[in-house]
Amino acid sequence: MSSITPQEIKKEFFKSKTGIAGITILSILIFTSIIVVVTIPGDTFKDWNNPGKWISYPKVAIPVWINLFLSEKIPEHKILNTPNVNYDMSGDTSITSHQFGINFDYDDFPNDFIYEFSAKYSGKPLLQIDVIRPDGIQLKLLSTSLPYSDLNSMHSERIFSTDDAIKKNLYLQSNKFLFSLSNLSSEDIIFSKTDNHTPLKGNYVFLIKMYGDNSKNQIPESKLIIGGKAFGIMGTDELRRDLAVGLLLGTPLALFIGLVVAIASVMMGLLYGAYAGYRGKKTDEVMMRFNDVIYALPALPFLIILSITISNSIFVMVGFLMIFGWVGVAKVARSMALQIKTRGYVEAANMMGQKNSKIVLRHILPQLLPYAFASIAISVPAAITTEAGLSFLGLGDPSFPTWGQILHDANVYGASARGLWWWIMPPGIMIAITGLAFVFIGNALDVIINPKLKR
Amino acid sequence: MITLLITIALVGSNMDNILKQGVAFQVRTEITENPAIAKSFSSVDEFESFIQTQTEQRVKTLGLDEPWYSPQRIGLTMYKILFLDFGHATFLTSDSGSSDVREIILEKLPKTILLFTTATIIISVIGIFLGALSGSKVGSVIDRITSSFAIISSSFPVWWIGMLMIFLFSFAYQIFPARATPLIPASDPNYIGSLLYHMTLPLITIVIIGFGSWSYLVRNFIVGIMQEDFIIAKKTMGINQKKIIYTHALKNAAPPIITILALSLSGSLGGAIITEAVFDWPGMGRLYFEAITVMDLPVIIGATYVLTVFFLISIFVADLLYGYFDPRVRTG
Repeated sequence: MSSITPQEIKKEFFKSKTGIAGITILSILIFTSIIVVVTIPGDTFKDWNNPGKWISYPKVAIPVWINLFLSEKIPEHKILNTPNVNYDMSGDTSITSHQFGINFDYDDFPNDFIYEFSAKYSGKPLLQIDVIRPDGIQLKLLSTSLPYSDLNSMHSERIFSTDDAIKKNLYLQSNKFLFSLSNLSSEDIIFSKTDNHTPLKGNYVFLIKMYGDNSKNQIPESKLIIGGKAFGIMGTDELRRDLAVGLLLGTPLALFIGLVVAIASVMMGLLYGAYAGYRGKKTDEVMMRFNDVIYALPALPFLIILSITISNSIFVMVGFLMIFGWVGVAKVARSMALQIKTRGYVEAANMMGQKNSKIVLRHILPQLLPYAFASIAISVPAAITTEAGLSFLGLGDPSFPTWGQILHDANVYGASARGLWWWIMPPGIMIAITGLAFVFIGNALDVIINPKLKR
Repeated sequence: MITLLITIALVGSNMDNILKQGVAFQVRTEITENPAIAKSFSSVDEFESFIQTQTEQRVKTLGLDEPWYSPQRIGLTMYKILFLDFGHATFLTSDSGSSDVREIILEKLPKTILLFTTATIIISVIGIFLGALSGSKVGSVIDRITSSFAIISSSFPVWWIGMLMIFLFSFAYQIFPARATPLIPASDPNYIGSLLYHMTLPLITIVIIGFGSWSYLVRNFIVGIMQEDFIIAKKTMGINQKKIIYTHALKNAAPPIITILALSLSGSLGGAIITEAVFDWPGMGRLYFEAITVMDLPVIIGATYVLTVFFLISIFVADLLYGYFDPRVRTG
């Protein structure tokens, strides 16, 4: 069994295809998580559950790339925040105009549009929103006066497409359309052809003008959101969160949980088992009976009880997972230690009067290391799936967006029955890929350690 | 027993707090419902002290004044549990409306056993067959497919596959219902049929996830045994390969397979929690989860006890069967 040197293991390992595949996937995952940790500042974790951060994102939007496979393009959600700013002063009135151009090339109407702005002005300026359509028609959407201000304070407002004034203005221009506009929402009218009610493709220009009497009037923040049904690489969920961000944030967390739990519990099990095996007799008996007790505990029910009664913090959870992780390893380590301790050099060390702890650490444990690596690799997926399972039941740490957490939300909002595949598939696939990487590595090591499996 | 002790230790203090709060609440509502008592107090202090004494009295009669770890209370609980008297559930009730924990468990247990035993049997049959097949032809296409399927399927969480299955079969192709709880009451004659129909989706899911790793295990045992001398001897004697595998090799691989079968049967009962939550299957797992979320102590203890007993029984049975299949471990 144990007469394999580390060099041999390395050589054998890089010969096996699965081992290399595992290492490759793992290094990609580690690379991603390093990028995530470096580029995304630490407190973004907290923003995951902060609805304010996601307000300008669409609800349950499908990933954008789906349009590549569809003949009828789904409108993309667009957030435009770099307008063309023009400033004009004619006589007494100053005109600040912001222009947003969008290329609308989809076969469905957008969900809505929102104009979000913060303005600094004096008096009560007039805000006017127009849209110039690809066919040259200019539709007047809104002209309203902003509340009185004296240049010191900032006025922030959101104008929604559901605004009654916009609807009213559009009805007033209904002679431009050949069909009845009643019961249609304003975005359905703006983006429609004039002769029948289908989307008109082309370049639209949204024109926002502020007429005032002060030359210092300005709109420092101005953002136009064309609400679509597709957004980002991974889409968004019911709470408007960008799933790509969630998946990325989940990567380092999953690796952290898996690796810490696996390494710690395997180390614990090794020490425990090797010591019990080495001491033998009564110590062995007592230690193994304790091991049996833990072994007989149903793990998942206990994890649930523990996370409810004590704490559901992710770090405490890692600790709980360790409690149930070391048992099997300890059993195997004990039986291996029983074999190793009969070898001559262990007996010699014993006779030379070396301390027990030193014999276990120096002479027995190194022989168990190949087995340890294999079992670390194999127990990582178990740790990750168990954590994901707990999170899925809603017992996870709500402040960290793990993959299980995302799936939990998906289940709560009935994503599978509503057919929101982009919310269910990616987190599970990520869990599986991470698991696979470690299973591959574990299997490759396993074959090297147990040559019987290979043949 | 130790499992129970730990359970009680973990849940006990919380439960006491909940019960005490419940008592205090009860006293207050009784007073507000009965204005005659409320009128008889002259000051607020008197009113408060009355509530205080009332609450304390009731707490004492319920035995809540002693901490949960006092030997009397733990002894009493353990004694009751030994005779399957779990008391009454605090919040949950069975479908027929009874709050007796034993009745709740007896109602849920058959459904879990039905689902998971069927699944385990199908899994083991497929697994043993596939495992024997691929173990006899190491390196063949079947062997590679089984092994890679085993590795891939073992890294997917069962409940995630469950969600996908719901998506596929109840959203994309509306064949099976998304919720596994039948809508008609249990007294209806069609109930069993409906239950079986609702069971299909979870069953398929569990089987898909399970049989890969099973066949991989069986394969590994068979590969190990096929290298033994007696098999090689039989081969040289010219005994048919199939016969060797299905009678001699499988019989020798039986002991570890039986142990794993027993462990996975009882383990599936505990691991059912998440699967049942996904499919909303009205079994023990869901009961357990519901009980824990509302901290229903009697149900938690009862369910843990039943699960542990099942676990121990199956280990015991596995040991007995081990002796039957492997004469070497027989003593005396």
